[in-house]
Amino acid sequence: MSAVIENHHDDHHHGPDKGLMRWVLTTNHKDIGTLYLWFSFAMFLTGGCMALVIRAELFQPGLQLVVPEFFNQMTTMHGLIMVFGAVMPAFVGLANWLVPMMIGAPDMALPRMNNYSFWILPFAFSMLLSTLFMEGGAPNFGWTFYAPLSTEYAPPSVTFFIFAVHLMGISSIMGSINVVVTILNLRAPGMRLMDMPLFVWTWLITAYLLIAVMPVLAGVVTMMLMDIHFGTAFFSAGGGGDPVLFQHVFWFFGHPEVYIMILPAFGIVSAIIPTFARKKLFGYDSMVYATASIAFLSFIVWAHHMFTVGMPIAGELYFMYATMLIAVPTGVKVFNWAATMWQGSMTFETPMLFAVAFVILFTIGGLSGLMLSIVPADFQYHDTYFVVAHFHYVLVPGSIFSIMAAAYYWLPKWTGNMYDETLGKTHFWLSFVGVNVTFFPQHFIGLAGMPRRYPDYALQFADWNMVSSVGAFIFGFSQLLFLFIVIKCIMGGKKATDEVWDGAEGLEWTIASPAPYHTFSTPPELPERSMA
Amino acid sequence: MAQTDQNVQTRTTLKLVGVVLGMFVFGFALVPLYDIYCQVTGANGKTASAYVVPEDGIAVDSDRWVTVQFLTNNNASMPWSFRPEVRSMKVRPGEMNQTTFYASNPAGYTMTAQAIPSVAPFHAAEYMHKTECFCFEQQVLATGEAIDMPLRFIIDPYLPESVQTLTLSYTLFDITDMTASAAAE
Repeated sequence: MSAVIENHHDDHHHGPDKGLMRWVLTTNHKDIGTLYLWFSFAMFLTGGCMALVIRAELFQPGLQLVVPEFFNQMTTMHGLIMVFGAVMPAFVGLANWLVPMMIGAPDMALPRMNNYSFWILPFAFSMLLSTLFMEGGAPNFGWTFYAPLSTEYAPPSVTFFIFAVHLMGISSIMGSINVVVTILNLRAPGMRLMDMPLFVWTWLITAYLLIAVMPVLAGVVTMMLMDIHFGTAFFSAGGGGDPVLFQHVFWFFGHPEVYIMILPAFGIVSAIIPTFARKKLFGYDSMVYATASIAFLSFIVWAHHMFTVGMPIAGELYFMYATMLIAVPTGVKVFNWAATMWQGSMTFETPMLFAVAFVILFTIGGLSGLMLSIVPADFQYHDTYFVVAHFHYVLVPGSIFSIMAAAYYWLPKWTGNMYDETLGKTHFWLSFVGVNVTFFPQHFIGLAGMPRRYPDYALQFADWNMVSSVGAFIFGFSQLLFLFIVIKCIMGGKKATDEVWDGAEGLEWTIASPAPYHTFSTPPELPERSMA
Repeated sequence: MAQTDQNVQTRTTLKLVGVVLGMFVFGFALVPLYDIYCQVTGANGKTASAYVVPEDGIAVDSDRWVTVQFLTNNNASMPWSFRPEVRSMKVRPGEMNQTTFYASNPAGYTMTAQAIPSVAPFHAAEYMHKTECFCFEQQVLATGEAIDMPLRFIIDPYLPESVQTLTLSYTLFDITDMTASAAAE
């Protein structure tokens, strides 16, 4: 197999260029995937450092390390960087690497645009991070940038923030268009939509979500820009606008956005669990329909983020029930994962550990979400650490664990070497313990009434905050181990076989390890129909 | 190779770009849609603009009293003193009522203000008909100047029985800068 591909490779003869320009000019989906993943990891560490500033300040009550103004900048930048810089680019990077290999395509459909959509990001984030050094400081109004706090009362750097968001939006939109065009047009002959691996399915749906809501985000920051500089009053009540309107438009983007950050994770876990349970995925069709239902529902539940603005009771009831409805397709998914593991011959290599932890901890995050959807309860929970615990449970051991699972699972295919299993497991257990020690206590202090986004707190919250901060430092520093493991794997290690994992299904396992620079220049023959 | 048919790809791409542009416009379309939604449902306590009494008048419901309370607030650093002449009135639904609000400008320069009304409970907002209100226009006051601003309103007789008290609150915004930049343009 590998010899055939080598020959094939020689025919093509243009391998990667040498030097730095290879990365600047590349249109190769694997190179761009790698760029996205490294960029995302750099942002993950940057945003992580900000989280550690926050947790260090909250280690004890009172103000020790930073002034409140800087604390606000840290919470804002941490959120923005993690959402737009770490999680989203990581998924786009995985899509770049994996989607063409999974559907038997030679590359992404629009390779030049692919290059642009990546290279916009370093500029966007340099601009965003540069605001930290500007007069008046970085944006300090929270990652949700509610107007008029983010317009009338914002530091001058808000304009740079707006342009940075525009650039990120353009990047995501181009990336998503690319994914959709690739999936719809470049599948290997004979691969029907319902034959596609779930990672491809979830990304197709995610890309549609991005295409639908990123322009709305662009719209809302444009309105902010006009309010700040051009005398309009979209969100200024004094000029006839409405601050609540901002929240509606923002969450019309924001709620689908949270599914953008979790649907690809569902795809990853649906690929990993069957491999290590040595069983076919239970309920493939229902997985696809559940993903589509979640995506649809994500458009009609946005106002559950803003129950306390003073909505008519009918609106509150509608948004409460619609939100609860999301638990149904999500429940189908969790059931399917559990059913896939049921009576399987499970082994627990690092990717599987992360995947199983994902299923358990994501479900905890989902259940606290259901608690928040109950309107009368939400009035108590709103803007407390309970909300912080909820969305960190779905984002950290949810999205980020799935990204790590994906990294361990496909790293041998990307590098040709096995990662160090002992170190991988060590990384998992440190992360697992760290995440739970950090975020579980936040449920308690949230229910007890500690509000989010404050640098100081009342004394009764001191113990759990200290525990939480200890967990955060364990989790944060264990990610350096992850960096070490990845570099070690790139440098060498036990050679990976082409299949890498016993019984792993999918076209990416039929090509050599490491994956040659060009794959599927001629479309592959699909194995028998049973693939999906 | 059939699978890389350029035309098909271009068509898919263009369709998706169309969706992107459409959604960008939709984001802006949410602004008027939201206003219409609020006016129809009275959500957010928004009251309608000037009410015109129908030709044949409104029947006065002399069987019930409704208490209307007046609240005034200053937004942010607005220095004006601003208060209602009376804190509350008992009125008959269908009857024309009149009261005034007092405002004065203690600042050392001429300022422009805009009052923004809100009615609670929200579902009663659509039954508050204002035929004349200072909130329909901006107020310009020179240093030390004071003004009594009129409000004339009718409570709709169809106001739900459950509503016995209705609160009309005004928040006064300083829009001096906004009007100055508009004038400069």
